[in-house]
Amino acid sequence: MFKILTKQELAQGTVVANEIHAPRIAGKARPGQFIILRVNENGERIPLTMADSNPERGTITIIYQVVGKSTALLKSLNVGDTILDIAGPLGQPTPIEKKGTIICVGGGTGVAVLHPITRGFKQAGNKVIAIIGARNKDLLIMEDKMKAASHELYVCTDDGSYGHHGFVTDVLKAQLEKLGSEVKEAVCIGPVPMMKFCAKVTKEFGIPTMVSLNAIMVDGTGMCGCCRVSVGGETKFACVDGPEFDGHKVDFEELGQRLTAYQPQERQAMDLYQRKCSCSS
Amino acid sequence: MSDKKEKTPRQKMPEQAPDVRRRNFEEVPHGYTAEQAQLEASRCLQCKKPSCVEGCPVNVGIPAFIGRIQEGDFVGAILKLWEKNSFPAVCGRVCPQESQCEGRCIVGKKDEPVAIGNLERFVADWARSQSDIPMPPIAEKTGKKVAVVGSGPGGITVAGDLIRKGHEVTMFEAFHKPGGVLVYGIPEFRLPKEIVAHEVNFLERLGVKVECNIVVGRVVTVDELLNEEGYDAVYLGVGAGLPTFLGVPGENLMGIYSANEYLTRSNLMKAYLFPEYDTPLVKGKNVVVFGGGNVAMDALRTSMRMGAESVKCIYRRSHDELPARAAEIHHAEEEQIEFFFLHSPLRFLGDDKGWLKGVELQEMKLGEPDASGRRRPEPIAGSTKTVECDMAIIAVGSGANPLVTATTPGLEVNKWGYIVADEAGKTKKPGVWAGGDIVTGAATVILAAGAGRKAADSIHEYLTWGW
Repeated sequence: MFKILTKQELAQGTVVANEIHAPRIAGKARPGQFIILRVNENGERIPLTMADSNPERGTITIIYQVVGKSTALLKSLNVGDTILDIAGPLGQPTPIEKKGTIICVGGGTGVAVLHPITRGFKQAGNKVIAIIGARNKDLLIMEDKMKAASHELYVCTDDGSYGHHGFVTDVLKAQLEKLGSEVKEAVCIGPVPMMKFCAKVTKEFGIPTMVSLNAIMVDGTGMCGCCRVSVGGETKFACVDGPEFDGHKVDFEELGQRLTAYQPQERQAMDLYQRKCSCSS
Repeated sequence: MSDKKEKTPRQKMPEQAPDVRRRNFEEVPHGYTAEQAQLEASRCLQCKKPSCVEGCPVNVGIPAFIGRIQEGDFVGAILKLWEKNSFPAVCGRVCPQESQCEGRCIVGKKDEPVAIGNLERFVADWARSQSDIPMPPIAEKTGKKVAVVGSGPGGITVAGDLIRKGHEVTMFEAFHKPGGVLVYGIPEFRLPKEIVAHEVNFLERLGVKVECNIVVGRVVTVDELLNEEGYDAVYLGVGAGLPTFLGVPGENLMGIYSANEYLTRSNLMKAYLFPEYDTPLVKGKNVVVFGGGNVAMDALRTSMRMGAESVKCIYRRSHDELPARAAEIHHAEEEQIEFFFLHSPLRFLGDDKGWLKGVELQEMKLGEPDASGRRRPEPIAGSTKTVECDMAIIAVGSGANPLVTATTPGLEVNKWGYIVADEAGKTKKPGVWAGGDIVTGAATVILAAGAGRKAADSIHEYLTWGW
């Protein structure tokens, strides 16, 4: 059992941050890694990336978007409540080393995962340029934290309600035009189309690009192959070989399709859950 | 002469009718009544030199426990079983008896062999319903600590043996529920999960600590267990744990599962009870399963129970080479599973949304025997066909998961990634033993238990006398 110590609602309640007591995991977690949790006895195992960890406090922080029943159920838990199961840290940590200038691009809740990576690159002595985006101002998360974790921060909104009016790819392109080969690496984390288009832009400039893939998973230890993704024509498991891969080699089309595999069931589960909630309240 | 006496026939367990059971997840056979068990037990010749015992990987005292059933002493029978087997209720259900104990039974030479598996199951089930069975004795505490990594049949055996020898035992499980393959792999209709839970609970009552959600190799390494957490010995019974795919085009289409994934969703996560349980599973109308082992049979029969209209087993050899347990093949056939022998997949075909819609197959013929002694399947040139399907499950075996081995320096692995260990399970790394599928490659529950038994003896020796 893992106790929730803090709960913060972001982006008008569509995103939730929880600090959770998980000392074993906190002692080992590194940027880029994730956990798999199960809220209750009937729950499914869902992978969630870690936004932070604190070995002294014995805690990890997860920041997740409420997208279906499992995340809605997780959001229904309050401070002091417990999560039944958490396994982790899983996946390969981000290889963070001093390289020069790094551009970190985050979209939506991808910013939560990007944050410790951005901070890590800065701490390692890199010049870090961060670009974050959201559909609108209200959905933007972690602006202050990203500002502190980077040297320069650019903010974009799709509707122009805040920062640059447009996509993160616009700013990414402008930065690459300005800095050219000074940029040694790009890290892009967010929705699949965003990562796909970011990778397309960086490819034009020949900048090595890392993306973090949110494939559907079950065990998270390489045992089931549910999270298989095609990278450079080879099948890889996002849970153990990733979650980060070379963005220029990932088959985003296939990943996007595979993420839709359970859409009808997800809708069914969510409908039932919402009906149950409205009955009991 | 005894030949004149009318022989008692092998007692059949009553079971659910095929038409009914192929659409539900309840256990297929119902088990013997006490009268049936005693009748079946009376068929045992009580051989002085019993070859059935030699056929058992953990050398259960078979005539001895059957003798006690004959006498109606069921307590005596279960105690006899427990001496050698930590989970008889499981083994009675999933062991390949026909190639082990029952395959060696003298009665079986002229008649059908004594139903040793059914009797083992009867005694274990009877014991589970009793509340006053004495617990096995536990030796005086030694103060030594053993970490058992993996809570499948091997881990359960090691934990059960060593706790009784007075050592402190913690069993680590990566999943949220203990039992390993008994929980995530073998379906409810073949092994009710309540039974596995009972066996694990039995260990806990003996004093074994069970820690779930611990992915060794990630959250803690073997070296940390030995050097920082104070364990004197580590047993690695982590299973094979790496799915094998077919390596043909189209394998990442939606609707294609590894057997590991399909069965884990269904068994561990209870996806067959969706939406009561949250984990979903694609419901195939026309299902194909590749492979012919026990896992393939489980996948075939599960997809039939999930409501498929047609379920086909596609196997590249013929009926005679099917590696599955005879009872499973028989049950599958009864449940209207179609068998496509001598076919091998060439490629999967998908629609524009990324869903599976068919598979192209190559027809095969059997050639000369290969290294395994089985006749090698060879393609028949120009002979292919396409089978329509919206779901495919790949059950062609598994490989060695590198999660533990890659994070344990000093542990030697062979070229396939399996851990190198001697007969007693001793690895090249002092203080570390390994057994089961991660050493031998995918095998059976009872072989993993047998490996666990030997390793437990060796670990006990080490904890008593040193490496």
